[in-house]
Amino acid sequence: MKQSDFLKAVLPFKDKVFRLAKRLLVSTEEAEDATQELYFKLWKNKEKLGEYKNVEAFAMTMTKNYCFDRLKSKQASNLTLVHSNYKEKDTSLEKKIEYKDSVSNVHKLIENLPEQQKIIIQLRDIEQYDFEEICEMVDMKPTAVRVALSRARKTIREELIKQHNYGVS
Amino acid sequence: MELANIEKLIEKYLEAETSLQEENILRTYFTSGNVAPHLEDYAIMFGYFKQNQSETFTKTIKLKPEKKSKKNFKWLSVAASLALLVSVYVGKVQYDKYQQRVYFAQVKEALEKVSFQLNKGNDALYAVSDNLNKGSDAVSQLKIYENTANTVLKKVNY
Repeated sequence: MKQSDFLKAVLPFKDKVFRLAKRLLVSTEEAEDATQELYFKLWKNKEKLGEYKNVEAFAMTMTKNYCFDRLKSKQASNLTLVHSNYKEKDTSLEKKIEYKDSVSNVHKLIENLPEQQKIIIQLRDIEQYDFEEICEMVDMKPTAVRVALSRARKTIREELIKQHNYGVS
Repeated sequence: MELANIEKLIEKYLEAETSLQEENILRTYFTSGNVAPHLEDYAIMFGYFKQNQSETFTKTIKLKPEKKSKKNFKWLSVAASLALLVSVYVGKVQYDKYQQRVYFAQVKEALEKVSFQLNKGNDALYAVSDNLNKGSDAVSQLKIYENTANTVLKKVNY
């Protein structure tokens, strides 16, 4: 496999890898390192890549495992929380602030979910993979994936309603 | 899209039974900015999802890691430690030589001093022997005097 072929095969999903890594590792720098590291690994194993039916799913599984390793390792024990800048257009300032607040609230809510649900909601609601692919990536049965996804969505919705009603952030 | 339909889809969505197409319908509805007030919470959720999709990895990916330079660093450190070892060894040898030279010079100086003092001692000994000779000369003169005195006395006694 030549470098150009390799890049053609793996580059399209680099943002997805990065976002999944960031979802799990929180910090942007960590996620960037993880993405870089993952592509090293893919490049090293480029001979074997042809054997996989779905390289993208394989890469996402690798990302997931790598991030778990990072989280377990001592090196990553002092992860920092970094929020990205949320952009919004043509809403009034008050609304903007409110919206920004609730948007970063969603971020926090997802952060508080169990790892498995975090990954699944990332893969489904942000990356929009179909269930088959998600099952392959997280190595779970379709029913289990559905249950986890449903729980995650309900948790987020309920928390949002709670905050909305009590005005507690 | 009628509200009733959306609400039905949301129920399905929460049970994770929607297909990707149905979720796309929800997505477009909730990000359109024209959302029914009692569903605003979902707008926030979908707004967050949409906004998260736009996050990209901006750095360039390097396929050939900087392992070469890492290796070089390894060899560099080996070389540096070797150089340090050699220089310490050479330095030690040089220092020993220097120390020996200093020691030799000290010994030489000391010996010179000793021999100077020895010469002085010699002079003193010569002086002593001169005086001794003088003394013995005087003594021999005394002996001559005694002899002559004895002969004179003998002659007188006869």
